[in-house]
Amino acid sequence: MVLALSVSALVALALVFDLIAPRVKELWARHLARRQIISEPVLDPGQERRAEQTARELLRSCVGEEEWAMYRELGFIRVWGTHTSARSGGVEHAYLIYAHKPIVAFAPQTGKLLGEYCVEFPDDTRPYGSSRLPDSDDVLAKWMALTGDERRLIATANLHMPGRQVDAAVVTRDLWRLSRWEQARMRDIASALDAHPQ
Amino acid sequence: MKPGHGEVVIAEGDVELPQDEARLVAEFRHQLDAGLWAAVPLAHADGHREAVMVRSFTEIPRDAERVIFFPRAAGG
Repeated sequence: MVLALSVSALVALALVFDLIAPRVKELWARHLARRQIISEPVLDPGQERRAEQTARELLRSCVGEEEWAMYRELGFIRVWGTHTSARSGGVEHAYLIYAHKPIVAFAPQTGKLLGEYCVEFPDDTRPYGSSRLPDSDDVLAKWMALTGDERRLIATANLHMPGRQVDAAVVTRDLWRLSRWEQARMRDIASALDAHPQ
Repeated sequence: MKPGHGEVVIAEGDVELPQDEARLVAEFRHQLDAGLWAAVPLAHADGHREAVMVRSFTEIPRDAERVIFFPRAAGG
């Protein structure tokens, strides 16, 4: 009787062990994982802000006064294309440069959107854990590449139809804002000239 | 230009001084070998601004104040 009970108890113990062993193992692994020290980059919340401030100063020192005012007040910079029309003699297309968005090409005469040039300037060394330039550095990189070698930048970029990544309605509104902004700027210049004729 | 940092000065010198020029040439090559693009921002007398992309040290205008290195463009 005792022997039978002992055997039964041993069998029951073995069954219970089979049932709870995986669970115990999992709990132990979780416990070890919680105690493991994982090295994380030290995050400095002000770092990105300081980087952007530095980038803005650099952008300001490179682009013209008009482009800087445009970026500061409207959030983008317009760059004229280098191709001119034989018929009108005017510029066939221009670009809007946004930070970390595709470059939008448009026809300045009609405001028609022509396409999006998707281009990035990733730093694969990932200093500080990110490959993204500060916003103003991204704008400056596009500005330098477009004004310095438009053909190479356009050849590098992926071309998409308008509205793929940048809302076409937003761009159309931005072009309207740009025209209003330029008109106001011309009025200010004219007023200044009237007030102080040379 | 560097992510998380903005502008970083990597070398300064006077190209008219031979030892400075040699150092600047070496740093220029080092940056291009690392895959960066180089541009010289220019300001014309009429106020127009533009950049010149340079691929060799000799393409840099002698009176250039600075050369800006930035990551190579890639299709997004």
